[in-house]
Amino acid sequence: MSRLRHPTEDPIWAKVLILVIVAAFLASVLILPMVTVFFEALRRGLPAALEAIGTEDARDAIKLTLITAAITVPFNVVFGICASWAVAKYEFPLKPFLITLIDLPFSVSPVVAGLIYVLVFGAQGWFGPWLIDHDIKIIFAIPGIVLATIFVTFPFVARELIPLMQEQGVDEEEAAVSMGASGLRTFWSVTAPNIRWGLLYGVLLCNARAMGEFGAVSVVSGHIRGLTNTMPLHVEILYNEYDFVGAFAVAALLCFLAVVTLVLKTLLEIAQPPSRPGRH
Amino acid sequence: MTISIRSVGKTFGRYPALNSVSLEIADGELLALLGPSGSGKTTLLRVIAGLEFPDSGQVLYGEQDMTFAGAAQRRVGFVFQQYALFRHMTVAKNVAFGLDVRKGAAKPSKAEIASRVDELLRLVELGELGKRYPAQLSGGQRQRVALARALAVNPSVLLLDEPFGALDATVRKSLRKELRRIHDATGVTTIFVTHDQEEALELADRVAILNQGAIEQVGTPQEIHDNPVGAFVAGFVGESNRLEGEVRGGRFRLNDVEFAAPGIADGRAAAFVRPHELVLSPRGEGTFPLIANHIAPQGAVARIDGVTPGGLRLEAAFARQSVADIQPGAKLDLLVGRAYVFPQ
Repeated sequence: MSRLRHPTEDPIWAKVLILVIVAAFLASVLILPMVTVFFEALRRGLPAALEAIGTEDARDAIKLTLITAAITVPFNVVFGICASWAVAKYEFPLKPFLITLIDLPFSVSPVVAGLIYVLVFGAQGWFGPWLIDHDIKIIFAIPGIVLATIFVTFPFVARELIPLMQEQGVDEEEAAVSMGASGLRTFWSVTAPNIRWGLLYGVLLCNARAMGEFGAVSVVSGHIRGLTNTMPLHVEILYNEYDFVGAFAVAALLCFLAVVTLVLKTLLEIAQPPSRPGRH
Repeated sequence: MTISIRSVGKTFGRYPALNSVSLEIADGELLALLGPSGSGKTTLLRVIAGLEFPDSGQVLYGEQDMTFAGAAQRRVGFVFQQYALFRHMTVAKNVAFGLDVRKGAAKPSKAEIASRVDELLRLVELGELGKRYPAQLSGGQRQRVALARALAVNPSVLLLDEPFGALDATVRKSLRKELRRIHDATGVTTIFVTHDQEEALELADRVAILNQGAIEQVGTPQEIHDNPVGAFVAGFVGESNRLEGEVRGGRFRLNDVEFAAPGIADGRAAAFVRPHELVLSPRGEGTFPLIANHIAPQGAVARIDGVTPGGLRLEAAFARQSVADIQPGAKLDLLVGRAYVFPQ
């Protein structure tokens, strides 16, 4: 039997072992907790869960989360395209430094990111007195939450696009320009279609993180119910108040949004026509 | 359209890519820019196309100064080495692009564009493939699409950057003929860059040889091949034996080899002798012996690698019949028929 196996193929026992390890790991670390979330949320039945999501505080938290994502994602799309355009199409000094800088939010703890904004914009911070004089609230208000979320999520789009655009080079843009296309026309007709799948992918990941961010937002939010509470913060508050059904119900909604995002992402990958390379 | 390049200079950082290059390209001409890599030939092509602006000098289209004009104003057709087809557009859309991006009155109607695309795809013999995507085509087909796309705007000049470099030998040969046919059919002034001398000599009306950012010689393939003006051209174009020796009293000498070098001053010199200019001759004045090491038949010609008794390695080419009975180890008596000698 083993003689019929392809020379570079692993033996059966190795394949089974590796698959079992992967499956066991996924089951215990990912699937089990997800199931628990939904199980706990529905422990007292669907009506109780729906009621927990339907409270005014919960609805405000959901609204704030969606607003935050709605501001953060477009901002990061613009930033991501600019950054990857600069890295892929221009030559300039300190380019490796810029690429490293884009990765910074991945390596810095989100709590530190939040603290930075408190130190800069907080009442005792650098711009604190000036902001108070002009009656502008950033910390413990929506602008602070949005800023912290942008900080945490800004690598997603750029990281997705930089390798893609580097691989595609500038030939097609040069061809378009040589045929008399304007810069804007070149971008819309040539660059944008070439990066759209990578861009969508980055947007989905960015959106998932924007809705789920806890650490950075927790520091700058102030946890004012109905005003500066996002969904992840609301889950924490409910949990600390021993409202387990409520906490898990909101958590289940968050999980649901994340799963929808990932399903969309998978559908996009399947839908991508093979005749149009440009897979990320 | 006549293209005039006047004293064009261009540096990238500290590296000089073009060094005061001047060149006239006649209307309807097919010109090759030939040179080794790093000679500046691609930079010169991109300066003509408006994809690079020169640091100094002028580029004229006809009488008009186009040195810093945009691509739309120049109306060039540019073919890239790696095709640079728009991968998300069909072949037909690719070809139509140059017309699609025109604005206002200059933009042809949909029907006009469609018929122009049809005409061009037939010209490059891809009539049936308009609805395909570039990824579904072979390399040769992609380059034909790139050619059709460049021709769509009725370019004043067609510029090709190593157009056949990425293709295998057979496809390259047939596309070469194709380019000549299309050039003759459209009459468009055409400039192409290549590092392949066979391609340049076979295809072009005139060849410009570039080396280290300067033009060494411009001329018809025959002039370039038969009358090289300097050591670089003599060594770069065609095959030759390079001999580094000495001229004394109008005769070049190296090892066992000696021949007349009229008009060359005494001193060190480089001589270039084409393999077919080593002539079989009865022993006498000016002949020298060559011991054949390796004999390779090549069509009507036999190529012989050999060495003189003094240890000088030479390559010679003879008509097959004249050396039919020569075996490796045999001794031939040779005469230098013609040599290009340049003082050093």
